[in-house]
Amino acid sequence: MQAIANWFQELYEKTGLNFSVFYDAYDWGRYVDGLKMTLLLSVTTILLSLVIGAAGALIQSGPSRIARAMVNAFVVVFRNTPPLVQLFFFYFGLGTLMPAIESGGMRIPLLNNTQWAIISLSLFAGAFNVEIFRSGIEAVPRTTVEAAEALGYTRIKAYIHVVLPLAIRVCLPALNNNLVNLLKTTTLAYAIAVPETLYAVKQIWSESQNVLEMMIVLLATYGILVGVLVWLMHRWERAMHIPGYGR
Amino acid sequence: MKNVLHFMITSAAALLLLGTAHAADGVDAIKQRGTLIVGVKADYKPFGFRDPAGNVVGIEPDLAADVAKRLGVKLELVSVAASNRIEFLQQGKIDLLIATMSDRPERRKVVQVIEPLYYSDYVNVLINKKAGIKDWADLKGKPVCATSGAWYNKDVARTYGVEIVAFDGSEKPLFAMKQGNCIGYLYDQTFLQGKLLDDEWKADYDLPLKGVLPAPWMIAVALGNSSLQKLLEDTTKDWMKTGFIVAEEKKWGITPTEYSLSMHEQYKDK
Repeated sequence: MQAIANWFQELYEKTGLNFSVFYDAYDWGRYVDGLKMTLLLSVTTILLSLVIGAAGALIQSGPSRIARAMVNAFVVVFRNTPPLVQLFFFYFGLGTLMPAIESGGMRIPLLNNTQWAIISLSLFAGAFNVEIFRSGIEAVPRTTVEAAEALGYTRIKAYIHVVLPLAIRVCLPALNNNLVNLLKTTTLAYAIAVPETLYAVKQIWSESQNVLEMMIVLLATYGILVGVLVWLMHRWERAMHIPGYGR
Repeated sequence: MKNVLHFMITSAAALLLLGTAHAADGVDAIKQRGTLIVGVKADYKPFGFRDPAGNVVGIEPDLAADVAKRLGVKLELVSVAASNRIEFLQQGKIDLLIATMSDRPERRKVVQVIEPLYYSDYVNVLINKKAGIKDWADLKGKPVCATSGAWYNKDVARTYGVEIVAFDGSEKPLFAMKQGNCIGYLYDQTFLQGKLLDDEWKADYDLPLKGVLPAPWMIAVALGNSSLQKLLEDTTKDWMKTGFIVAEEKKWGITPTEYSLSMHEQYKDK
């Protein structure tokens, strides 16, 4: 590890390319903390948005008109507005309106910025997931659903055991797309001071004046993170493949 | 047609030359003109800002007025911003620049700095009175809002163990502080002092800590304007001798800085 640090220090001295994050312990520490936060944000928002998407798609194909209208309204609101604006609205707007705790005479907000970021990003990606799951559900033949009904499945049981497994296999490529987008969209949380990778790297480059080098590190970081996610999703796709169904 | 075009071009060039040659020509030119043109800020309370009537007032306009009085000429204030103040001086649009400008080596290369430096800014934290902070050490581990990209964020975080919560610009950190996401706002002391002059902030916030990391400000004239430079150098020393700057700070409602007080002490008996 020290050898790597020394190599980058030498690189800086010889060529002026300042990859300070590799040879300075303080910068490295902040960068790693940023990575951990990005991973936390990505994993939680991906899981939450999948749950929101599946639940929303279930309600959307259900009998209750009011529930369907509510889900459609949710999708319209969160798809039609920019995610950064949503983040600001939740943190600066709703954060002020919500009740707060008084601690030592000072106002402490109920949800901190990381929690708001997770909520906002999950809802944003969840709205897209509702539509993606709907595309998968509508691809399941009506006859299959009728057969499940005839076998005595309730609507929810049929959804979980018959419809959703088939629907996921169909919509997985589109779902992958959205989850990749979500991982990259977590960078927006820097605007409400969530200490994730972009925030940490921004602080490093504004102090050490090595914008180009840190930009390269940042792009490489997200390239690798997204690459890992895509590899995982492809593994999942292959594992779920039904022989003879589709291609 | 060719003659008309030729005439238009030469007369335009002549007008341009006339236009540029009106300021920054030394003390004699200023006295002949009868006006001293000074560039000041118009959006930085209390150093240069607009009063309800729209006039530019503050500590720096007062300093400019004093220089004009010494020259025996009228004062004309031109409002400048950080992005154009040096260019205005270089182009001759203003004779003198007193506009909260930090002393930097790159700036010294393009304009003539007046020494001794007339003022110094510090780094301080606007703190919620209820947080009960009395010393920099009390900030350890506490969340403090800051502006992203400021040169002192890393120093303060490392030296005092503060948890910096950085936002872009200077409105969002104040907003986040009001919501309770942090106990204070780390920024330039002069800006924070200006905020404390507003009732909105005076009630619940204060500057209990002493300023750190001094960053001196410079008055500037155009390079080569040696007569005006000499006059300003003598004027600055006189201000420090009489404590004029300290009096101005008190007049506009801010606590006199360590720098102003120590310079007054230094020049008092000279």
